[in-house]
Amino acid sequence: MALIDLANPTRFLRLVDRVLPWLAAATLIVFAFGLFQAMHAPDDYQQGATVKIMFLHVPAAWLGMMGWTLMSAAALGTLVWRHPLADVAGKAAAPLGAAFTFICLVTGSLWGRPTWGTYWVWDARLTSMLVLLLLYLGVIALYWTAEDPNRGSRAAAVLTLVGALNLPIIKFSVDWWNTLHQPASILRMGGSAIDNSILIPLLTMAVAFTLLFFTLHLAAMRNEILRRRVRTMQMMQAQALAEAAT
Amino acid sequence: MTAFTALLARDMRIAIRVGGGALMGALFFLIVVTMMPFAVGPDLNLLARIGPAILWLGALLASLLALDRLFATDHEDGSLDLLMMGRMPLELAIAGKGLAHWLTTGLPLVVISPVLGLMLNVELKALGAVALTLAAGTPALTFIGLIGAALSVALRRGGLLLAVLVLPLTIPVLIFGVAAANAAILGGAAFGPPFTILCALSLASLVIGPFAAAAALRFGLE
Repeated sequence: MALIDLANPTRFLRLVDRVLPWLAAATLIVFAFGLFQAMHAPDDYQQGATVKIMFLHVPAAWLGMMGWTLMSAAALGTLVWRHPLADVAGKAAAPLGAAFTFICLVTGSLWGRPTWGTYWVWDARLTSMLVLLLLYLGVIALYWTAEDPNRGSRAAAVLTLVGALNLPIIKFSVDWWNTLHQPASILRMGGSAIDNSILIPLLTMAVAFTLLFFTLHLAAMRNEILRRRVRTMQMMQAQALAEAAT
Repeated sequence: MTAFTALLARDMRIAIRVGGGALMGALFFLIVVTMMPFAVGPDLNLLARIGPAILWLGALLASLLALDRLFATDHEDGSLDLLMMGRMPLELAIAGKGLAHWLTTGLPLVVISPVLGLMLNVELKALGAVALTLAAGTPALTFIGLIGAALSVALRRGGLLLAVLVLPLTIPVLIFGVAAANAAILGGAAFGPPFTILCALSLASLVIGPFAAAAALRFGLE
């Protein structure tokens, strides 16, 4: 099936209905497997059991960044090809990306308390994740303020692409800023290669998180299409009422 | 090029005359800097240390002030439609409007920053350096802000939305601006690298800003 066929929302909804249960089931199975593995992973000799936070923290960080990549691809689809599904995809991805970035920040802060002795440090990585969250919230605010969904999605697509250009610059500048202020980095994860007993559960959890992202994303896209249909129906109804009144 | 200069002259005239916000930004800058000692205490040593940061933060907020009306007034009186239909490329027209905005809002900030720096106990020989970093960095703030201004007029929303969208994008400018200013004042680190990166950010936003703003206007107002 070509991508252009999916421009028909009905056809896309039928596909989602067929795929979604399988994807959800796969997410559950991989999650169960990954959590089981994570439980049986050995404790760190220094950090103890708190190292297990990593199994939530690292995949959430990866998906937080993947969310923006997905939105940038969708933004290109919106602006260049005017693919009707692309702006639905972009809009559905924004809250998900923000949620995963938020999970990454919260778990990181809970992990930081026992290991670094503080909930928050202005470390380069933490700071750039925080800026990513702010950019996500900006895009979501833009979607919220737009009355017309089409106009809103195009505005958000422009902002998403500007953000995609800016994110590497922000990352670089935050790294620069941090090394200027505190030369010794606290974050020394991955100083040596990660042992397989930790790496395999981590990768399983990453797969589980990715499946979860796409399950939620497809469901959110379906909801967005239905929401737009309801909006159109309500407007048609209001118009019919107005015509009947005159 | 005459259309460009005409647009530039028109925008500057509007900003300078009654109802324009040319010196409002500078006044806001003065007020922000005046408020700072009340917040952190009148300790001159502390103020000297955080002086460049205060000046940069004040300039950042002040340059955002007049931005949300940049396209909105033109949209209301219809001249934005003329600009979009005119023979001059929309990107060039937007760059002209940005330049006029910087000349009337950004440049006054640069000019008064040495005086405000004096009040913050910044060393005399460093005052020029701070003004230089502001002169190099404020164009970036204006041209990044253009994108937010275009988006907010395309959605017919202004005010806070603009700040929420634009401020995270200005973080690199703030970082390198303050780094260069601090290098000039405290010594220790080299002034050159952060300052040249600051110039690079300004030049890059000079290119990206008008194009993204033009795209936002075209998609938003069609």
